[in-house]
Amino acid sequence: MSAFLFYPLAACALAGALGVVLARNPVRSALSLVVTLFFLAVFYVFLQAHLVAALQIIVYAGAVMVLFLFVITLLNLESDSGVRERPALAAAGFLAGAVVAILLAKGLLDSTVPDARGVTLGETFGTTKVLARQLFSEYLVAFELTSILLLVAVVGAVVLAKRTVEEGERDEARTMAAAEAETEAAHRVIAAHEAAHDHLDHGHAPHSGPGHVHAPAGGHH
Amino acid sequence: MDWVIGGIKSLAVLFMVLNVSAFLLWIERKGSALIQNRIGANRANLLGVMPFNLGFVNTLMADPLKLFTKEDFVPDKADRLVHSLAPFLSLFPAVITFAAIPFGDTIEIGGRVIELQAVSLDVGVLYISAMVSMGVYGVVLSGWASNNRWALLGSIRGSAQMISYELAMGISIVSMILLYGTLDLQEMVRAQGGLLFGFLPAWGVFYQPIAFIILLVAGIAESKRVPFDLPEAESELIAGYYTEYSGGKQAAFMLSDFAEIVMVSGLVTTLFFGGWQVPYLGKEGSGSPIELGSLLLTVLQLGAFTIKVLFFCWLQILVRWTVPRFRYDQLMSLGWKAMMPIALVNMFLTALVILLVEQSR
Repeated sequence: MSAFLFYPLAACALAGALGVVLARNPVRSALSLVVTLFFLAVFYVFLQAHLVAALQIIVYAGAVMVLFLFVITLLNLESDSGVRERPALAAAGFLAGAVVAILLAKGLLDSTVPDARGVTLGETFGTTKVLARQLFSEYLVAFELTSILLLVAVVGAVVLAKRTVEEGERDEARTMAAAEAETEAAHRVIAAHEAAHDHLDHGHAPHSGPGHVHAPAGGHH
Repeated sequence: MDWVIGGIKSLAVLFMVLNVSAFLLWIERKGSALIQNRIGANRANLLGVMPFNLGFVNTLMADPLKLFTKEDFVPDKADRLVHSLAPFLSLFPAVITFAAIPFGDTIEIGGRVIELQAVSLDVGVLYISAMVSMGVYGVVLSGWASNNRWALLGSIRGSAQMISYELAMGISIVSMILLYGTLDLQEMVRAQGGLLFGFLPAWGVFYQPIAFIILLVAGIAESKRVPFDLPEAESELIAGYYTEYSGGKQAAFMLSDFAEIVMVSGLVTTLFFGGWQVPYLGKEGSGSPIELGSLLLTVLQLGAFTIKVLFFCWLQILVRWTVPRFRYDQLMSLGWKAMMPIALVNMFLTALVILLVEQSR
């Protein structure tokens, strides 16, 4: 990859990464992450990994980040919500970040990058057929385990969501029953009220205000 | 030299997509008038000197002029940056998707073989579905940034709809990948060159009619047009996610809608209707019923591709002005309970048949 394409593109990817951390608005932060993911896909293209680039955009930029944005816009999160008021949370975040940074730095320093100068790539390098052959022969176990993991996650998500729906329905039934009971009680009160009025009309009952008669209705739950 | 050729091809494709999209604006106005027994756009005349109503020239000049000279209004308390960004996030993927679609066979100029395709991609189909999935951002962000409840409702509807129909679209594309055994769109078009039973062109639609219908319906749903225009249903949500847009940004949204029509037509043509293939015609020595020299053949193939794409553009406009709008729950149950299971069954049957055919060999 020629340097005069690499540096501007790398600058864009880094600007996106900085934006994720520095943006105060969660939507802008998520958008910056999309920018970084997009430029990473561009780097994969330069490294002849077209399939990985396409999958990166479909899965991360096209699906995961859309879900993130969906949640953020639906919850309408305020800028800087909460972290500033909770120093413990900020400290924990800083600590976790520092651990990840140290681990990454150690991994980078320990690894040796093979010298790629002068290496010519074969015609089929990075094509889907070659990748698929590797994936379904040498890495078959890892591939199948990953698909089982994803399947478990999907089933788990459905089970969790379903339980809340059922609980919601049960809650709804309970509310309905309570409402019915309340209506019944109200009817009884109205009947008593009318009876009292009847008495009043006949001039026999002691005078009691309607407020007294209605009082039990409010506390009847 | 490769850079120059690549640049020329990219510019040509971009030019064609943008112009066909703008041209569709006029076709839609006149076409809807034709369908509804009206006259349609007939007031735009250049300084009153045009002897007759050269409708499309005038309308094509007047409409953009009107849109771009309007006030660019941004609502109070809107996120100004994201509000301005959203229309272009909507337009960008719609326009660049066409880069992977081949519009002709290879030509030879000065001993150099040039593929008539803006970018020859090994993963062409995946590139298209990646760009289609990027189109959701414009919808989500425009609704959120507008600080308007109708707009937000429209963008939530729009993104839910696009994500739902992407699944059916993707699965029907998978059955085409199984059929052709490649992800390269140019290879897919080449595979559709021969004849079936000696008389039928070997187009994908004759192998996979169900996948074709699902892809076309999902494509119309992806471009958010009637009967799937719930995100911008004017009787319910004003104009949905672009309620708060005016002038040039509104024009960008409209242009991206039309560019999506062109993109869906290009994809359908490439996957199911032989792309640039002209039935019964072939290169010299290819064994086709009629064999032609390379230059004449290339011109005919470019013409065939254009006609096929324009036909599907017109079909989508016809659908838009003929079919009434769905209700939102009908839209969701069509996507999840009808189209996705049918597409899945179709995919498994395709895989089974291909397996049996390969084993019998």
